[in-house]
Amino acid sequence: MAVLERSYKRYEGVLSPEWSRFLIIPRHAFRAVFRSKLFTGFYVLSFVVPLAFAILIYLRHNAEALAIMNLSIVNVLPIDARFFQAFVMAQGWIGFILALLIGPQQVSRDLTNNALPLYLSRPFNRTEYVVGKMSIVIILLSTITWVPGLILFLLQSYLEGWSWFSENIPIASAIFIGSVVWILLLALLTQTISAWVKWRIAASAGLIGLFFIPSVFAAILNQLLETHWGNIISLSALIQNVWAGLFGTFVRQVNDVRAMRNGRVISSALMTEPPLWASWMVLFLICALCLLLLSRKVKAYEVIK
Amino acid sequence: MTPTAAATDYQLNSPGVITLDNLSVTFGGRPILKALNGELRGRSIGLLGPNGAGKTTLIHTLLGFHAPSAGTAKIFGSDIRGGANQIKRLIGYMPERDSFISKMSCIHFVRFMAELSGLPPGAALERAHEALFFVGLGEARYRNVDTFSLGMKQLAKLAQAIVHGPKLIFLDEPTNGLDPPARQRMIKMIREIRDSGQANIVLSSHLLRDVEECCEEIVILKDGHLVVYCNLEEERKANKKFLMLETRGELKQFVAGVDALGCECAMTSDHRLKIILQDGTEIRDLYRLAAESQVQIRRLMYKRDSLEDIFLKAMENGAVSEARP
Repeated sequence: MAVLERSYKRYEGVLSPEWSRFLIIPRHAFRAVFRSKLFTGFYVLSFVVPLAFAILIYLRHNAEALAIMNLSIVNVLPIDARFFQAFVMAQGWIGFILALLIGPQQVSRDLTNNALPLYLSRPFNRTEYVVGKMSIVIILLSTITWVPGLILFLLQSYLEGWSWFSENIPIASAIFIGSVVWILLLALLTQTISAWVKWRIAASAGLIGLFFIPSVFAAILNQLLETHWGNIISLSALIQNVWAGLFGTFVRQVNDVRAMRNGRVISSALMTEPPLWASWMVLFLICALCLLLLSRKVKAYEVIK
Repeated sequence: MTPTAAATDYQLNSPGVITLDNLSVTFGGRPILKALNGELRGRSIGLLGPNGAGKTTLIHTLLGFHAPSAGTAKIFGSDIRGGANQIKRLIGYMPERDSFISKMSCIHFVRFMAELSGLPPGAALERAHEALFFVGLGEARYRNVDTFSLGMKQLAKLAQAIVHGPKLIFLDEPTNGLDPPARQRMIKMIREIRDSGQANIVLSSHLLRDVEECCEEIVILKDGHLVVYCNLEEERKANKKFLMLETRGELKQFVAGVDALGCECAMTSDHRLKIILQDGTEIRDLYRLAAESQVQIRRLMYKRDSLEDIFLKAMENGAVSEARP
């Protein structure tokens, strides 16, 4: 057998296509990721929401089942843009937890173990490395966000009829674009934090902090200044606005009731959300900053000045 | 068309494995490599120099990790400035420091590296097994690399450097941290790869003995300058003219005979002679002369500059010298 021929010989066979080599990273990473029972369990649980939404869609179109269960969700639960927006939001936040479980260790492990020279001394560049690492999060989160979202959309179209499908195509694109924007943001943030914070727990805490600490400050600003412009620094508020914009449910000005007496409004304030373009712009700037930080850190060797 | 390793191949012994063309590298305004020039052709090239001389920087620059600030270099004719990907298809690299991917078995790690080099999964797995048996980690290949001893990690690093069958292998301090038997095994493997004729080797080390045992050609760097560039094989051949003789018997007639042959001769003690052979004079002439003079030649040695001598001279002089035309 060949393994017993203990001599050096060159490889003369076929090579894999260069464009596909970044996919080697997620393929090998999934083996390690699914070795964790915690992750596997949570991943399976993340399909509960799509299943529940599928059941709701099915029930809405099955009068017999509704009659048996003595339910009338036909009027209570319309299957429209808000229904799918709720799905994207729910799965988006479940995806956040999944990204939290797998993301922070990806680059930090390689940096700690000095593995980058091994990658980059091969016909494999820094961009392919970053894309490969991001693909781990992108592929996994896709399977729980836009893929089941579009399946739900198709199920609803199948049960409601072709006319519903053609009238609601923008919902399908909103499911896809909204999920992809969120996944890309999560992938970039997790990889950037992973590259800069080598300790996994600190990296996970950093990611949580990045989402929730600015949200707290945003809430304080909103309260003090009687506005919603504070949301411009809150990642969660920004993505909610983007999702609302994509699903066509975005309302910029809300009359916020502050005090009521005897059923009458005695104090209210007109709260103005930042415009949609501003939300997109801030998300874009965050992604650009992540890429800049990654490019500074993902190097074979760091030159210390 | 599907690319093949053969399609991107070059002739192994084509001139210029590495060509340095005024290569300079600067970090933060501080010059690290200063206008290096030369053409390295040997099957095994030793890179020597004191700490901080620029050996590792030179390797990293050739690997494309650092951009040259001036000049350039070519590996098998491909310029490092434009043809980095082309070059990386042909090389293997064993870093100096511990480098591995944690939470992976050794076979998985080496296979992963082979796949990144472009081998399809099946071939990568097969080659990973072969490489690990070759380096002597066959029995430990299913263990996690994290649990390996320093010596085993060195072997795993060598396995990942050769798994894809590169044409040029950069070995940065391969014997670091190895005990004497492990060091011997490593040297033996490097020599086997060299002697297979299937790959050229660049060995960076501060251990002169390692370089002397493995390399045909040496480059000595000092303060970022290339101070010596020498072909050890040719140096050894050239030094065959210097002889040390240990003899028994009356030397007067023998010395006169040596002088008559036109060779320079000096007595270092009662029984010891130093001789510089002239062109056309053979050692058998000395034996014939000794027989005629009733002198016994008990010992005959070629006196040659050891690598240590060459290195120390280079460190003292610091001038650029080329032992090869």
